[in-house]
Amino acid sequence: MRALTAGGVLARCAVLLAILFVVVVLALKMGAVPVSLYGLGRDLLYVVIGKRSAINSEYSLIVFNLRLPRIILAIFVGASLSVAGTSFQALLRNPLADPYVLGVSSGAAVGAIVALIVEPYFSLPPAIAALFTPLGAFLGAVATIAAVYFLGRREGQIDSSTLLLGGIITASFLSAIILFLMTTLAGRDLRGMAFWLMGDLSTPAQASVRWTLQAGFFVAAFFIYTTASDLNLLLAGEKEAMHLGVDVGRVRLVVYIAASALTGLAVAVSGAIGYVGLLVPHVMRMIFGADHRVLLPTAALGGAIAVVIADTLARTVAAPAELSVGAVTAVAGAPLFLYLLRRRLA
Amino acid sequence: MTAAKSATATYKSPDAGRGPADVRLSVEQVSFAHTPNPSQAPVFTLEATSFQAKPAEIVAILGPNASGKSTLLRLISGALQPLSGRVLLNGFVTHTLDPRTRAQRIAMVQQESPLLFPSRAWEFVLQGRHPYGKSLQFETDDDMLIAKNALAQVGAEDLSHRRMDQISGGEKQRVILARALAQQPLLLLLDEPTLHLDIGAQVDLLDTLRRLAGENRYTVIVVTHELNLAAEYADQVVLLQRGKCLRVGSPASVYQRDLLEQVFQATLTVESGASGRPRVSVLPGSQQT
Repeated sequence: MRALTAGGVLARCAVLLAILFVVVVLALKMGAVPVSLYGLGRDLLYVVIGKRSAINSEYSLIVFNLRLPRIILAIFVGASLSVAGTSFQALLRNPLADPYVLGVSSGAAVGAIVALIVEPYFSLPPAIAALFTPLGAFLGAVATIAAVYFLGRREGQIDSSTLLLGGIITASFLSAIILFLMTTLAGRDLRGMAFWLMGDLSTPAQASVRWTLQAGFFVAAFFIYTTASDLNLLLAGEKEAMHLGVDVGRVRLVVYIAASALTGLAVAVSGAIGYVGLLVPHVMRMIFGADHRVLLPTAALGGAIAVVIADTLARTVAAPAELSVGAVTAVAGAPLFLYLLRRRLA
Repeated sequence: MTAAKSATATYKSPDAGRGPADVRLSVEQVSFAHTPNPSQAPVFTLEATSFQAKPAEIVAILGPNASGKSTLLRLISGALQPLSGRVLLNGFVTHTLDPRTRAQRIAMVQQESPLLFPSRAWEFVLQGRHPYGKSLQFETDDDMLIAKNALAQVGAEDLSHRRMDQISGGEKQRVILARALAQQPLLLLLDEPTLHLDIGAQVDLLDTLRRLAGENRYTVIVVTHELNLAAEYADQVVLLQRGKCLRVGSPASVYQRDLLEQVFQATLTVESGASGRPRVSVLPGSQQT
């Protein structure tokens, strides 16, 4: 009998941070224009010692202005989706719950598109106007999870199958709305259909949106982490958790809002990337166990690693053409979803 | 760890600092109703019910299906707010306590619910320490010791490293009871704890409850429809039928043949068992209409 300690959690996170560092270095190296590891190491050293002017300008443009911002975006998007997935799985007592499967990502995408449509009417400064998209995505995510939650309830209890079916139908309905909006409003700057339906990290986000994503991730993830031990008990059901001292109403509110914010922020900058919130928590649970005090931070780091790898593959497998990153995560995630579904029904 | 510290960690007097009150639990005219349709009158699931219980006492709530047993238990636990009346635990109204304080005083052993991601038995028992922890805090050595002792108290030390989905129904019930003990409660509530157990495991569980109630001075409330087990182990019986409390008292005073026949709709015989407590037998083919 050895209880989990803060040191134990930090040690596991340190291992994943080291893996993330290696993955980031490889992602910086790989791409349509090859960059040597030696050159990359030298350039990173120049950045560290403040001699950025010494870097070959072509390399600097590719590595530090194109690839690095995209990788940082992938890190935060992956971590956000993964933490949101972990939270939804615990709160809904459903191992198949994921922002994409439940339609929350599609709801966020609809919210973001509506925000892009209405934003020009407010004639705000560009930096403020850019925040309309994540706000719309957040509201879209909150509305969708609320709808799916009520659809999934039968006689006061969450019914797993009804919840999943409700989520899948909601996602399909919202995808149709996205298609409708994109078709009828063609010609306006609403990004591509593939961006909203499959997810894409190739479009650089505005600085104010990037900062909102990064700050929003830390705030929302912190709030979810404060409920980590409550989430452990919620796995056994709301009644059971309540008898063990969990303020179920408060935890539900905090986690739904924070997880919706994480989904909304991620979708606003990258579209609806699927299955990250399903795939990563499962792998982390198999390695580190189901205790949310270790699962949430390791899922965040695992999500970052997974999306950086997926995006690097999306950039390189068909170079110079690019795949949608959501296509790569779906190739890995959809079979896992089917496997878990079969195992649950067995 | 010193012996003194170890002793503090293993057993906390349930009434420490709470005065010498003889009555620990007081259920006072408690009723509950639900309104299925706003245009209709509320449907009573429990009419005014009263009884009191002392430390180390076992109270059985008896009655056929849909008699309001589980509603009464949930009202006592503070999970439901009564329509009228109140439930006092050492002078505090249970449903107004905040969830953590309530879980430090009241432990509930519910009918088994499936686990989403099964843990090991010791991790499961450690959940009983949740009401004493703070968010962002990990379990202390004392918590570990209390969990270990709780497993020992129910004779389940050998199960501590087993996964919860790989142990038998009787073993699981003991581990669930150990988690309730780790809460160090004043009041232990059990909802049909013997439901899926064979007769040996039922007797084993109730023997353990009897011993624990004496050793730790828990007040134990058990919902059951096992007439003979309730007669054998309970100090007090609360008999319910269709939401009405028909009688409260010792098994000998409640186990009247006419009364039980009316409640359970069967022809019964009530005699004195080997232990001197009432013993109920059902006559086959005697379903009353």
